[in-house]
Amino acid sequence: MMDRFLQYGLTGLSAGSLYALVALGLVLIYRSTRVLNFAHGDIATLATFVSYSLLSNHYSFPVAFLASLLVGGAVGIAFYFGVLVKAQREGANLLGMVILTLGLALIIQGVVVWWWGAEPVSLPFPISDTTTYRFGGVVVSQLSLATMAAGLVGSVLLYLLVQRTRLGLAMRATSENVMAAQTLGIPTRLVLGLSWGVASALGVVAGIFLAPALLLDPFFMLDPFLKGFAAAVLGGLNSLPGAVVGALILGVAESLAGAYLTIQFKNTLAFLIIIVVLLVRPEGLLGKEFKERV
Amino acid sequence: MEALLEVRELSLRFGGITALSQIGLAVAEGETLAVIGPNGSGKTSLFNCITSIYRPTSGAISFRGEPLTRHSPDEVTRLGIARTFQNLRLFHNMSVLDNLMVGRHLHFRKNLLAAVLRLRGEETRHRRRCEEIVEFLNLEPVRKTRAGDCPYGVQKRVELGRALATEPRLLLLDEPVSGLTQEEKEEFAYWIHEIRGRFGITILLVEHDLRVASRLAGRMVALDHGVKIAEGTPAAVQRHPDVIKAYLGE
Repeated sequence: MMDRFLQYGLTGLSAGSLYALVALGLVLIYRSTRVLNFAHGDIATLATFVSYSLLSNHYSFPVAFLASLLVGGAVGIAFYFGVLVKAQREGANLLGMVILTLGLALIIQGVVVWWWGAEPVSLPFPISDTTTYRFGGVVVSQLSLATMAAGLVGSVLLYLLVQRTRLGLAMRATSENVMAAQTLGIPTRLVLGLSWGVASALGVVAGIFLAPALLLDPFFMLDPFLKGFAAAVLGGLNSLPGAVVGALILGVAESLAGAYLTIQFKNTLAFLIIIVVLLVRPEGLLGKEFKERV
Repeated sequence: MEALLEVRELSLRFGGITALSQIGLAVAEGETLAVIGPNGSGKTSLFNCITSIYRPTSGAISFRGEPLTRHSPDEVTRLGIARTFQNLRLFHNMSVLDNLMVGRHLHFRKNLLAAVLRLRGEETRHRRRCEEIVEFLNLEPVRKTRAGDCPYGVQKRVELGRALATEPRLLLLDEPVSGLTQEEKEEFAYWIHEIRGRFGITILLVEHDLRVASRLAGRMVALDHGVKIAEGTPAAVQRHPDVIKAYLGE
């Protein structure tokens, strides 16, 4: 009885740690540029397919992984400088920029279908999901452990970057008040561009660890993207710790719902929880409302 | 004598509204110049032009002989101009000390690797500089406090400290004593005076409070409706009939 609960809880934590990586990327971009990046999942899809091609051609996993991170980060940075900055100069508002991310999503989907085809493929992954370990009454697969480790390492590295480095200080300053940051000599455009790169790379990590559990097709990140988005809203769209907390709650909740209610109810319950939380706390669990000073 | 900052025939128009019209002024190294004028006279617009937040419609601004109008705001700061805002723009969710550390940003190594690795020696050097400012502005009791939780008077000090942390040659202060109690105004005036003496920084300040402005500044420029109406010693400018008319009406 207890084992069953722990088992599904653990499965949920494993899924939740990937949602956390997706959510962190979304929040990072939202709190610095106030843009919701609808291409977040698709950038990860593209980069994961890059890994697929490299692994199929017998490159080692670390090489493929690194290449994917670079591709994902580069797409994020290029989109920021090549499209968003230009749009902003032309006076695009936030909604316009959000629509632009939607456009990027569609373009990437097209590219992926064109280059890799729409047939699902499986990513040759060095970590197995059939090798399992037993802790008491709970069984954990190697993949699931690796997934949790990836989520943890990704979150901790981001925390250290934001809280403990120069760049992080500049990122925090820029996200809180662009004009003040600029008048203190911070090249805010560059900082925002790097934020886009870091955020996209986090999404790529999620994509690569998700792919072996699912099949890789041009739309495989859609569901994780929506979950990550929901987790971010649940935790508070401008709070990085909130994104992690929201993601873990969401992962565990949907896993338990699948176990104890019915599997069809898995997604529904997750979103019901979000609706309830938002009715009670519209700013999310850990979010703070932005105070606009005029 | 060569001016540190020179503004020539500066005009700024938004659509049909003229915010500044043919403004000319020069700030000499080491002096404190006050720009006065009633609300809406263009004082803050002038600051925003100097710091490249606004692009002037016409005219030129030069700093240490170099034209400023093509630079972005962060480049202007890097050249040695710092400012405070009339409505504070602090980083509310950061500690007071972190706010000052942001001001140190442009003195960190340009090298990205060094930035990520956070070199110890450098860190200590910057901390020391910030502690100096903390001590100078009496911020010791609040150094770890979230800036947003500090009282207004303290927040004004933090913003002044943050501007000082960039080690500017020229400091622009936008209504530094507005919203303060009489006692706080006195204190603040003392600090502004000390900044010139202790750090050797040239100051251009915009002030609504004529008493404070005339105490601090060696020279004054008066604006009204975006036009320069008087320039000279504080006493002369305040006696100028156009200035009296601008402040008191007809």
